[in-house]
Amino acid sequence: MDIAPILDRLRPHVPWGLTTPKQERGRAILFASAGVLIEVLQAARRHLALDSLVDLTCWDRLPAAPRYEVVYLLGQAAGADRLTVKVQIEDERPRLSTATGIYAGAAWPEREVFDMFGIVFEGHPDLRRILMPEEWEGHPLRRDYALTEEAVEFKGHTPKVPSEIIPFFPPRSAAGSGGDPPPVPG
Amino acid sequence: MNGLSRETLTLNMGPQHPSTHGVLRLVLELEGETVRKCLPVIGYLHTGIEKQMETRTYLQNVTLVDRIEYVASYLEEMAFYQAVERLMDVEVPPRARYIRVLMCELNRIASHLVYLGSACLDLNLSSIFMYCFADRERFLDLSEMVSGQRMMPGYLRIGGVAADLPAEFFSAARAFLDDIPRRVDEYERLLNDNLIWRERTQGIAPLAREDAIALGATGPVLRGSGVAHDIRKLLPYGGYEEFVFDVPTEPAGDAYARYRVRMEEMRQSRGIAQQALEGLPDGPVITADPKVALPPRSDLARSMEAVIHQFKLVSEGVHPPVGDSYVATESARGEKGYFVVSDGSNRPARVHVRAPSFYNLQTLPVMVENRPLADVVVAIASIDIILGDVDR
Repeated sequence: MDIAPILDRLRPHVPWGLTTPKQERGRAILFASAGVLIEVLQAARRHLALDSLVDLTCWDRLPAAPRYEVVYLLGQAAGADRLTVKVQIEDERPRLSTATGIYAGAAWPEREVFDMFGIVFEGHPDLRRILMPEEWEGHPLRRDYALTEEAVEFKGHTPKVPSEIIPFFPPRSAAGSGGDPPPVPG
Repeated sequence: MNGLSRETLTLNMGPQHPSTHGVLRLVLELEGETVRKCLPVIGYLHTGIEKQMETRTYLQNVTLVDRIEYVASYLEEMAFYQAVERLMDVEVPPRARYIRVLMCELNRIASHLVYLGSACLDLNLSSIFMYCFADRERFLDLSEMVSGQRMMPGYLRIGGVAADLPAEFFSAARAFLDDIPRRVDEYERLLNDNLIWRERTQGIAPLAREDAIALGATGPVLRGSGVAHDIRKLLPYGGYEEFVFDVPTEPAGDAYARYRVRMEEMRQSRGIAQQALEGLPDGPVITADPKVALPPRSDLARSMEAVIHQFKLVSEGVHPPVGDSYVATESARGEKGYFVVSDGSNRPARVHVRAPSFYNLQTLPVMVENRPLADVVVAIASIDIILGDVDR
């Protein structure tokens, strides 16, 4: 499948200087700055007929900066065109404009990204946690959020308190096998 | 009307209600029998699979992957390995591609049987539930022959499948595939002219084409709203371009249309599985690349190199190059895709599951608002959610 045309077709409609196109592993990817994100999504919807938001997610690039990369995958109903839009945002009060005005289906995935990464989508109609309980503290999919063991009420079970089984450890080198072993608690 | 009759009642449905097909909770605002507002509350089955996957190697992660959409594990594994293989640029041998397609399509039939059985059970048509689960049992037997497991097979591997099909599989699979059209016809005879089924599904839980697209619905839910959207046709993966099949659609957009789509899909899946079974090429079932796949067991006694590769793969696993990948696949419920980010180590830096049930469930309020309370049960069943997939 030829994916070059889709980026070429989008070019006249977006501020090209603020975006970086890339083709990788069969995907057309457009890096956009946070300021032009909505403009890019609108252009994709209007001029490329990408009428559905297939997926919206994020990943934590720690320790790289900017820290978060939010990934929008746009698709087409009954069509094969696909465009991935990526936006990188800083750690300090991470926020983006909501895409719910363009793609109504962004409502839940934006809540998920907020829940898991703490990224605030401004203008979202109902930005609450979606998978974690409402009173939960922290954002679990951040890389500095350690996996912990929950105390279970079995007789004779001693929870490994402070209970950090797999704490965050520095990213592994490309050649390394799996990074440093987790530090011994206590 | 006096003021009292306009009062609304807030009803909490679930998370343990049997008709919610898992631990789904709905907060319904009722005016009499009519649902004015529906607010799904999800997350009761959230087990942090995406987070856990960051701490396991690519080879270990299959254990978690199987548990996401647990009635369609072969399809789930297919989606995960497509993404990993794209990342590592691994070639899958033809026989393995056919076996994968075969198992996926058998699994799709079994998954739709679960839909049909449980949708009927919600409407108290409990004999069809029994028939469907008896038929599904035959798929589970096939799965056991192939992988040793009835559910959570862990059968696929990077670059192929774990083992070749056993000899007794072929006759059992042929018998199963021969029976499917007859069984599907029988279910249709039992349901298409069944007054209860027709009245409780036709025109119930309607979803307009525009709403389905805008809310990100895929799979039978989208095709039941008249959109011929099937990833196997539009963006073929894993060898689907070699098979002949149709994409059934129904324009009505109601629960009955979704039922019709799934019934026809079972016939189509049976056709694909039959093509895969009859056209099964000879050859290896896993790539020969020793950096990706375990060496054959027999080599371990003879070759030091094989022992080293075995040791490296088992103790350390694979190291995909730095980058990310996403491959769309068509699961039984819609588009399933894994967004996998590699930092060059043996564990993924991030795995995100594009879960069809999550997006499909987003359409539920549109289907049930301003309609009777009793239709909520039908709507949930017609979306065919798997809570493991919604909550991950």
